[in-house]
Amino acid sequence: MYLPDFEYYQPNSLAEACRLMAKFGPRARILAGGTDLLHKMKHGQLEPEVIVSLNGLERLREITYQKGVGVVIGARATHNDIAGSALLQEKYRSVCEAAHHMANNQIRNVGTLGGNIVNAVPSADLPPILIALGASVKLAGSQGRRVLPLEEFFTGVHSSVIEPDEILTEVIIPDQPSTGSTYIRFGLRRSGALAVVGAAVAVTMEGETCREARIALGAAAPVPMRARQAEAVLKNQVITPDLLEEAGVCAARECSPRSSIRGSEEYRRDLVRVLTRRALQKAIKEGHV
Amino acid sequence: MREQPSNTGETGGTDRVRLSCVVNGEKVSALVEPHLTLLSFLRQELKLLGVKEGCGEGECGACTVIMNGNAVNSCLTLALEAEGARILTVEGLSNGGGLSALQEEFVKHDALQCGFCTPGMLMSARALLDRNPDPGTEEIKEAVAGNLCRCTGYYPILEAITAAAKREREGEQR
Repeated sequence: MYLPDFEYYQPNSLAEACRLMAKFGPRARILAGGTDLLHKMKHGQLEPEVIVSLNGLERLREITYQKGVGVVIGARATHNDIAGSALLQEKYRSVCEAAHHMANNQIRNVGTLGGNIVNAVPSADLPPILIALGASVKLAGSQGRRVLPLEEFFTGVHSSVIEPDEILTEVIIPDQPSTGSTYIRFGLRRSGALAVVGAAVAVTMEGETCREARIALGAAAPVPMRARQAEAVLKNQVITPDLLEEAGVCAARECSPRSSIRGSEEYRRDLVRVLTRRALQKAIKEGHV
Repeated sequence: MREQPSNTGETGGTDRVRLSCVVNGEKVSALVEPHLTLLSFLRQELKLLGVKEGCGEGECGACTVIMNGNAVNSCLTLALEAEGARILTVEGLSNGGGLSALQEEFVKHDALQCGFCTPGMLMSARALLDRNPDPGTEEIKEAVAGNLCRCTGYYPILEAITAAAKREREGEQR
């Protein structure tokens, strides 16, 4: 399988990368891991005239803790970088686990966090857990930088607020009061299968009382979505098995999945109910797992 | 030291670009077209025909090589992304012409039939054993989950990797 021709640039600074993107606009595409981009190009779904590789920007791969900011993950961090990060293992193992269970090892070695977000695929595994943890994204463009909640990034299937000259540079997980978080996905195989549905939660518990819950669903709507009605069911309530089931039922009602080869709408709704309940149970009991 | 490719700024283009990397321990330098995948570069330019193309889209793992210590699908990697990298293919596994312990165990356990998936399978296994000399069955399964075999079945492969790991731990040369 061959790739079509394109011009190739490998800038050695972010400013230069932004300048190239501003110059070429929609004719250009960013290359990070390439697992989505090259795949689409081989199938003729994308035909960029110009490719701007981020391979020269090693700093975009760092995962650090910045005091007063939170955990900052460079957009070029690979899924295996995230899965194996000691910092993330300690603070949000839920994010490591989400990265660890996607695709297969070869893909996890090159596929990046930035690509997983920017491609705006409804079944992407990292956005739900990051949204549950209240993460923001930083976009660098030729006109400057902006930071916005990841939740506000997506506008539809394969579409987002990112401008043609902008590059996603980092994801920030802010310091937070949450006591537990987790992401549970259901795929048709354990490896190399897209999520049929994914449910991520972050909970703030005080004894048996849930002060706050954030629930984010993948492959349950055109974009990763918060299940706000389900969250409201839990707010300031003493947790019981019935209440968790009620939250699951609520999430199933408020989501809007589509039928596809991987599962019908009805099937996905029921998965949302079950996975939401299980994720809540797990995060309440086991912390950030 | 990583060499700077020639098109960091204004001068990029569809023209061929100098690629320098280390393949199976030998320095390689060639002019390549930007659209060439690492798979095509290894097979067509270097004639390393042990690297197989199966699906060409990152599902089957037949094209797996080790790049800077990590198993990657060479079909989804641009050759130019390998600038400055160390690449290991199945041709680089043997010691002075003989088979490595890992390869010998594949033979011993009948872990191949048609052999098409074998080079990729070996490279995923090699990358695993390099970072974890004593993997459990689950870890082995996970390491080769991106390598599809359509004839042997996976159990002989798991057994071969387990046996090779043991031999290597007992001090045998790779």
